[in-house]
Amino acid sequence: MRRLLSGNEAIALGAYHAGVSVATAYPGTPSTEILENLARLPGPYVEWSANEKVAMEVGLGASYGGVRALVSMKHVGLNVAADPFFAASVTGVRGGLVVVSCDDPGMHSSQGEQDNRHFARFAKIPMLEPSDSQEAYDLMSIAFQLSEEFDTPVMVRSTTRISHCKGVVEIGEAASWQPKRPRFIRDLDKFVMVPSNARKRRPLMEERVATLARWADNFPKNEVIIQNTRLGVIASGAAYQYAREVFKKASFLKLVATYPLPKQLIADFSRQVETLVVVEELDPFMEEQIRAMGLEVKGKEFVPPIGELTIDTLEDSAHRVGLLKNVRRALSRKETQVELPVRPPVLCAGCPHIATSFVLRRLGFYRHLNPLEANEGGKLPSGLRQGGIIATSDIGCYTLAVYPPLLALDTCACMGASIGQALGLEKAGVANKIVAVIGDSTFVHSGITGLVDMVYNQSAGTVVILDNDTTGMTGHQGHPGTGISPRGEKLTKVDLEYLCRGLGVRDVNVVNAFDIAQIEHTLRRCVESEETSVIIARGPCPLKERPTSRPFSIDADRCDGCATCLRLGCPALLREGDKATIDKGRCVGDACGICLQVCPREAIVRAEKEIA
Amino acid sequence: MRKIDVLMAGVGGQGVILASDSLAEVAMRAGFDVKKSDAIGMAQRGGSVVSHIRIGAKVFAPLIKKGEADFLVGFERLEAARCASYINPNGLAIISDQELPPLSVAGDAASYPDQEKVARVVSLYTKRLAFVPGLRIAQALGNARVAGVVLLGFLSAFLPVEVALWQEDIARRVDAKFREINLKAFAQGREEAMVFRSTETEAKAVVREEVPKRLRNITRNGGRR
Ligand code: SF4
Ligand code: SF4
Repeated sequence: MRRLLSGNEAIALGAYHAGVSVATAYPGTPSTEILENLARLPGPYVEWSANEKVAMEVGLGASYGGVRALVSMKHVGLNVAADPFFAASVTGVRGGLVVVSCDDPGMHSSQGEQDNRHFARFAKIPMLEPSDSQEAYDLMSIAFQLSEEFDTPVMVRSTTRISHCKGVVEIGEAASWQPKRPRFIRDLDKFVMVPSNARKRRPLMEERVATLARWADNFPKNEVIIQNTRLGVIASGAAYQYAREVFKKASFLKLVATYPLPKQLIADFSRQVETLVVVEELDPFMEEQIRAMGLEVKGKEFVPPIGELTIDTLEDSAHRVGLLKNVRRALSRKETQVELPVRPPVLCAGCPHIATSFVLRRLGFYRHLNPLEANEGGKLPSGLRQGGIIATSDIGCYTLAVYPPLLALDTCACMGASIGQALGLEKAGVANKIVAVIGDSTFVHSGITGLVDMVYNQSAGTVVILDNDTTGMTGHQGHPGTGISPRGEKLTKVDLEYLCRGLGVRDVNVVNAFDIAQIEHTLRRCVESEETSVIIARGPCPLKERPTSRPFSIDADRCDGCATCLRLGCPALLREGDKATIDKGRCVGDACGICLQVCPREAIVRAEKEIA
Repeated sequence: MRKIDVLMAGVGGQGVILASDSLAEVAMRAGFDVKKSDAIGMAQRGGSVVSHIRIGAKVFAPLIKKGEADFLVGFERLEAARCASYINPNGLAIISDQELPPLSVAGDAASYPDQEKVARVVSLYTKRLAFVPGLRIAQALGNARVAGVVLLGFLSAFLPVEVALWQEDIARRVDAKFREINLKAFAQGREEAMVFRSTETEAKAVVREEVPKRLRNITRNGGRR
């Protein structure tokens, strides 16, 4: 049967047909759809874990129990999960344990770019890299087998262009789900890593890498394609596909097992070609190891180490170093002749994060005098020091409030960092009041420990939890604070208010995310207080709940074009001539209503009034 | 067999992904190798969406090279202009009359390009351009949401895939109660394409001298809404 599957769909189906029993993940682009697709298939246990570290630990436990487990995450997620990931390499497994890391070259949806192939080498874990959906599907059963046979977790590394690219996949008609029987066999030497036991495991890890390298030499998916022998290209993953198009006539060594490298195979291939090049996205991972073998090889002197490869960049640089002749030069130069407005990412119409961000901006560091404040004679809002508050941000939809027109946030580093950064700024003695902004899912992921630290260290800071009851950025996955499973079932819901109180926060407030006055009032009080405070701004994500209330409109006679409403950054609010107008197709009306609250001329009206 | 590269561009929520999924699926059913990649910005909605669909006997790279796309299907004028450099000199740009100004325009920082400007940008790369009244056809049918399917119908007239395959796929993809309107939208898009094809050869010669004005005439879709 032929099906069109994205790399992530193929990974999920491949794992399913390999009999995976437990699958865990924390959502993160480009990895999210792996677990989502597994959740559509009956049988395996699937969970959205609180974070990647927990996901890895659950997967490892399942493997100890004798069944096959899959753990998936985005590249930066592996940083969070690094501790149990390395530990898993030491203890080894029982049932197969496959860790899928989805890297994001080009940072389409990430705070950084990192080449996670280093993690495999660092942890001494074998790594497989699919180059299309078919291979992603086929590799899953191989990865599980490899894991069990060599007593090791196996890493499968995908990238955005593999995960999100759809390709044709051939699936055997008889494919079905056949899980292994769970069984835990006590083995203290293997599972209890006290130093005396860990010391015994260490040499085994080195042996394992050596045996795996020999295995890789004979692994049939490491494919040699001999065409013209003047140029030999070694490549893996998406980079292989680009290289095939750019060097149409060259010979290829396509590597699927890229750690440990199949050295014999590479040496044999290099003897068959005159010039050897490595085409790889991001770091010179293979190149450096191949050069260390004593082979002469070209790589990063022409393949850029930053960003995603494209045929254009690869062709241009191959041309530059003389590997290609007579390329039709890119026509793209013409682009610079025409200026087009950018389309930056925006928060959605009816988004529950807009009002809080608007208030933060109004009280914040990036204070622009606006008409509301001009009414106060241009004076600072009462009780705030010069410079206003600092808002440290976390990772989620609300991070978009950093863009104009909201300009509400001052920092953003990684999941959970907003709270620790706020505490750090405070303890550094910064004069400003500090507010940490974090989403409900992110708070559960890694904000809890930060809040514990604030409480313990008697911080006077404020944490705003923007609670939209879902993981918004990645497409509405459940998390412990929602009590919804990846299969959509109702589970136990972790109550955020009680959680915060339980951690020792006495000043916990719940406000309506669409009520500007309430948010501002609460925020002003909290930043002035000398104890740790939490504000939970609660309101549903409009893309998940799909409110059906009537849209608002603007009375053009009353609107004087002051643009206050446009500073909300709601995409339903547009400028038309020198007045503001509302796109009825996008506005969610009463379910939101924040523009109504900011318009100084009361020009924004409910639909009923318009009809009357 | 020759490859066919199709680039679809629009704004989140316009149905770009649905349309490209459909094209990829029918191409596979018609026996081709297919690769399809979506580039979606950070926001769920309201950001630029670009979909690369590559069809051929064997497809390697998931992305289309600049200057290689045989078809650019623009669901929105600005996003179409943004992707113009992907079209090859014989490529066809199929652009809907839909306008979705981004916030940078709402905030007055930049101006939204009119049809003339888009025609000027596109004509740097290809002389073959069709402005399709997708939104107007969709509205006339009673649902603005099917504007994308009109474009798909238009595109389908140029591809080696049987109509029946398209119809099946569209019917399978949409809710039963929207089936009929979607199929109608598809058919009308195809019809527009037939009209365009018959006028194209004659128009081409004139287009070279005075691109924007002439183009508006041949597509029978003068200017703004
Ligand atoms: S009520 Fe106002 S702020 Fe809310 S979605 Fe509608 S236009 Fe946007
Ligand atoms: S609707 Fe109100 S806030 Fe918006 S520009 Fe008009 S007067 Fe100003």
